[in-house]
Amino acid sequence: MRYLPHTDADVQSMLRSIGHEALGDLVAHVPADLRRRAAIELEAGRSEPEVLERLTALASENRPLEKTCFAGAGAYPHHVPAAVDTVISRSEFATAYTPYQPEVSQGTLQAIFEFQTMVTALFGLEVANASMYDGASATAEAVLMARRLRPKAGRVLLAASLPPAYRQVVRTYLEGIGDFVAEDVSFGPDGRVDSAALDRALAGAPVAAIVVGYPSYFGVIEDLRAVGERARGADALLVTVTPEGMALGLLREPGAVGADIAVGEGQSFGLGLSFGGPYLGLFATRERFVRSMPGRLVSETIDDRGRRGFVLTLATREQHIRRERATSNICTNQGLCALAATVYLALAGRTGLRALADRNARRARHALRRLCDGAGAQPVFAAPFFNEFAIRLPAARRRWERALAVDVIAGVPLGDAYPELEDALLLCVTEVHALSDIERLVEALRP
Amino acid sequence: MSGVGPERNRGISLAEPLLFERGSAGRVGIDVPPLDRVEREVEPVPAELCRDDLESLPELSEPEVLRHFLRLSQWNFSAATNFYPLGSCTMKYNPVLDEQVARLPGFARLHPAVPDAFAQGALGLMAELERMLAEVSGMDAISLQPAAGAQGELTGMKMIRAYHAERGDPRRTVLIPESAHGTNPASSALCGYQVVPVPSGREGMIDPAAVAKLADERVAAIMITNPNTLGLFEKDIVRITEIVHAKGAQVYLDGANLNALLGVAKPGHMGADVLQFNLHKTFSTPHGGGGPGAGPVGVRQHLADYLPTPRVVRTEHAWTRSDAAPKSIGRVHGFFGNFGMLVRAYAYILALGGDGLERATALAILNANYLRHHLEDAFELPYREPCLHECVFSDRRLEPFGVRTLDVAKRLLDYGFYAPTIYFPLVVSGAMMIEPTESESRETLDEFIAAMHTIVAEAREDAERLKAAPHLTRVSRLDEVRAARHPVLRWRPRSESA
Repeated sequence: MRYLPHTDADVQSMLRSIGHEALGDLVAHVPADLRRRAAIELEAGRSEPEVLERLTALASENRPLEKTCFAGAGAYPHHVPAAVDTVISRSEFATAYTPYQPEVSQGTLQAIFEFQTMVTALFGLEVANASMYDGASATAEAVLMARRLRPKAGRVLLAASLPPAYRQVVRTYLEGIGDFVAEDVSFGPDGRVDSAALDRALAGAPVAAIVVGYPSYFGVIEDLRAVGERARGADALLVTVTPEGMALGLLREPGAVGADIAVGEGQSFGLGLSFGGPYLGLFATRERFVRSMPGRLVSETIDDRGRRGFVLTLATREQHIRRERATSNICTNQGLCALAATVYLALAGRTGLRALADRNARRARHALRRLCDGAGAQPVFAAPFFNEFAIRLPAARRRWERALAVDVIAGVPLGDAYPELEDALLLCVTEVHALSDIERLVEALRP
Repeated sequence: MSGVGPERNRGISLAEPLLFERGSAGRVGIDVPPLDRVEREVEPVPAELCRDDLESLPELSEPEVLRHFLRLSQWNFSAATNFYPLGSCTMKYNPVLDEQVARLPGFARLHPAVPDAFAQGALGLMAELERMLAEVSGMDAISLQPAAGAQGELTGMKMIRAYHAERGDPRRTVLIPESAHGTNPASSALCGYQVVPVPSGREGMIDPAAVAKLADERVAAIMITNPNTLGLFEKDIVRITEIVHAKGAQVYLDGANLNALLGVAKPGHMGADVLQFNLHKTFSTPHGGGGPGAGPVGVRQHLADYLPTPRVVRTEHAWTRSDAAPKSIGRVHGFFGNFGMLVRAYAYILALGGDGLERATALAILNANYLRHHLEDAFELPYREPCLHECVFSDRRLEPFGVRTLDVAKRLLDYGFYAPTIYFPLVVSGAMMIEPTESESRETLDEFIAAMHTIVAEAREDAERLKAAPHLTRVSRLDEVRAARHPVLRWRPRSESA
C-alpha cells in the first residue's frame, strides 16, 4: 500500500528486534471474543487513478450551476483568489497541528495573530479569538458566554430574523444546561427587529443578551444603535451575528454601535462553498470580557533573547486545563480556514474589501430593480439590505421550480422556515454574478 | 521587535514582519473592476449605516502577500516535513490526492442550499461514508454533522441526555476516568452533568470494582477512551460496560484513539452506545494547524432517533435530506458539517480498503511497540502493560540531572523532530506521550530513538545546554508567563500601543 512504508522484511525485522514473531502477538492481550469479530468488511483498496475516477464520478453527479445559483442563506459565492489556495495547500500549514511547540510553529502562530487583528478591525472590538467551527456554533458560544457574564439572567432573546439553522444550533447547545431559555423576537414589516415586540420581551424576567443578525438572514441591515440602547436599558448584552462576513467591508463596525460580542461566518473570505463546510466562525468581544471568552487565543511575547514571537495564551480558560469548569469544550479552532481568511483579507486589504463589498451591495440593488421591473417582484422588506434580499411574487414556489428546469437556482423559498413568507424567495447577488446572469434570473422568474 | 535585516535571518529561515508592518498606502492584492453604469445608478447603502474606513487592514500587492505567507510556512514543523510523534493526535500521512479530490468543482463549488437533485453525488458520498464508518466501528447509525471531535462528544452527550429525558429518568452525573482528555468533562458539563472522576487502577486501566462502586441510578453515562490515553487497551471494557448498563446508564466511547482498533476490536462490540470518530486522526484528513477537523458520531440503534438533523436518507430513486426526526437533538452545525473533510476521509478509506485499514492499525501498533522497546532502557516506563498505538514515558530518571520533560521536548526540536504530547495524561508525572502512527518508516524511528538516547547522554553531560534548548530554531523558548499576564492579542500601530 502506497501510504505505508513497511515492507514485509521491515515488519519481520522490527518484530524480531522487540521479541515477537507476528503482528498478531502485539494485540494478543485484547479479549479474543472482540478480536474474532473485528474484521472490516469493505472493498479492497484502490490505486490512485481508481480513487480519482470514483471521486470524479461523484463530483460530476453534483450540479453547482455557479453563476446562475442565486442562493445565499448562510453561504455566499465569492471569487477565491488563486493565492489563497496556494498558501493553504502548503503542507507546512496544512499538516501541522495546534501550535503546542511555539518555537517550531511560528508560521501558524503569527498568521493567527494577524487573523485576530483583522477580525477585531472588521468588528470594531478589542479582542478576537483564533476562530470557531462556523457562524452557527460561534453564535451558540456567544450565548453561553453571555450567560456566564449575566449569571442571574434566565433568558436570551434571539431575533427571529437570525438564520433558522443558527437559532436551532443555539437551542441544541442550551438544551439541558438548566434554567436558561432562548426566546424568539419577531421582525417588523420593514424586516428589522420589531421594537414593540422587543420591549415586551424585555419587560419580563432578566435577559442575558439580545442576539440580532447584522445583516439578518433576510440581508436586512439592523439599526444596532436602537437595539443596543434597549439592551443597555435592560442590562443585557448586545450580540451581533454576521452570517455574510463580506458585509463588514461596508457596514459600520458593530463594536462602534453597541455590540458587546460580535460573531460571524467568515466563509466569504476565501473559503469555497464546499456544500456547507468547512467554514469559519468569527468571534470578537470587548477586552474586559476576554477571560470569559471561548476558544484559542494567540498572544505576542518575546523569547529568552528578547526576540518577538507568538504563543497560545490564557489557556486556563480552556478544557485541557480547566476540564469541566472550562469556558467551552472547544479543543482546536478552524485553523486552516482562518489562514485562508487571513490571506484573503491581506489581498483584498483596506481598499479592495471596501470596493468588493460596495459592488456586492450595488449589484444586488440592480438585481432587485430588474426583478421588480421585469418579473413583477416586490421587495418584502423596506429596510436597507446588503447583498441579499427577499422578494414576494405570485406563485413564488412554482416559479422557483420552473426556474430550476432552466438551470437557474432562484434563491431559497422562505416558506419552509417562515410559513408567513410562503410567497417569498430569498436571493443573493454577489460579484460572481454578471449582469447577463441577472438577466437570466429575471427571465427564469418571469410570469 | 521587527525589521527585516539580515541579522534576523538564521540560515535560510527568512525574517518576515507582520502584514501590518509592510505595504504602502493604495496598494491592493485584488482587482475590482470599475462599477457598471447600472451599479452607479442605484441607491447605495445609506451612508449613516456605513463604516468610515478599514484603515487597519493591510495594503499589499499579490506577490508581497504570497511571499509573506510562504515565508511563514517555512517556520512551521508539520507532519509532512517532520516526524510529528504527538501522542493522541495521530499525525499520520495526509494523502495529497485527497486534497485534489476535495477541490473538484463539483464538490468545492456546490452551494449547500441547492435542491437535492443538484447534490446527488455529495449526498451519496455522505451516505456511503456513513456506511463505512458503521462497518469499521460496529455502530448502527452515523451522523457526519459534528465539526470536530469535541463537538462530536457534545453531540453524543446531548443524545444521551435526550434519551434519559425521554424515558422520564433525567440523570445527573457522568463517570469519567482521571486519564481522560479534558474535552470529556467539558462536554459533559455543557450538558448540565456533574462529573464524577474514576480513579485509574494500578495497571493504568479502569478497575471494574471502582466503576461498580460509583455506578448508581444517578449516573447518565460513563465516558471511556479505549485504548486509553496511556495507549493501553482497557482489558475489562466489556465488564465495565455491562456494569454501567445494568444501572440503566449509557456508554460513551471516545474514539480519539480509534486508529489503534481497526481490525482489532469494534467499539460496538465492547458495549459502546455512542462513539465519535475523529476523521482528522484515524481517517487522515489534515490537521490544518488546529482544524478544520470532523467529528462524526455513531450510535447503536436505540439512540438513532436522537441523531442531529438533517439526515441523508434514500427515497425510491434518489438521496434526500430529511428533517423528519421528532426526537432529534437538532442541529449542531449551520449546514451538514465539514463536508470537505468528509470527501477527504472517504477518499482515504477507498484507497486503503478494509484490508488496508487493518494493516495501517497493525503497523501503527508495531511502530509504537518498537519505540517503546528501544526507549525503555533510557526512560522510565510507568505502566508496563503491552501498549497499542502509543506509549507514555515519564521524566523520573532525568530528575537527578535537573532535567525535565519540557527540556527533552525542546531539545527534540533541534534534532528536527516535533515533540511528543507532554505533561498529559495527568496520571503520569512529566509524561511524554509518543504516537508514531503507521506512516513512519523504520529508519525514521531509528533516528528518533538515537536522538532520544543522545538527549539522555546530554542530560548527564551538559544539562545546562539541554535546559536552554532549542538552539537551532527561529526563536528560542518563548515567555508564556509574560503572555498570560499581559496578553497582546492584536497588532496596534506604535502610536496606539504606547
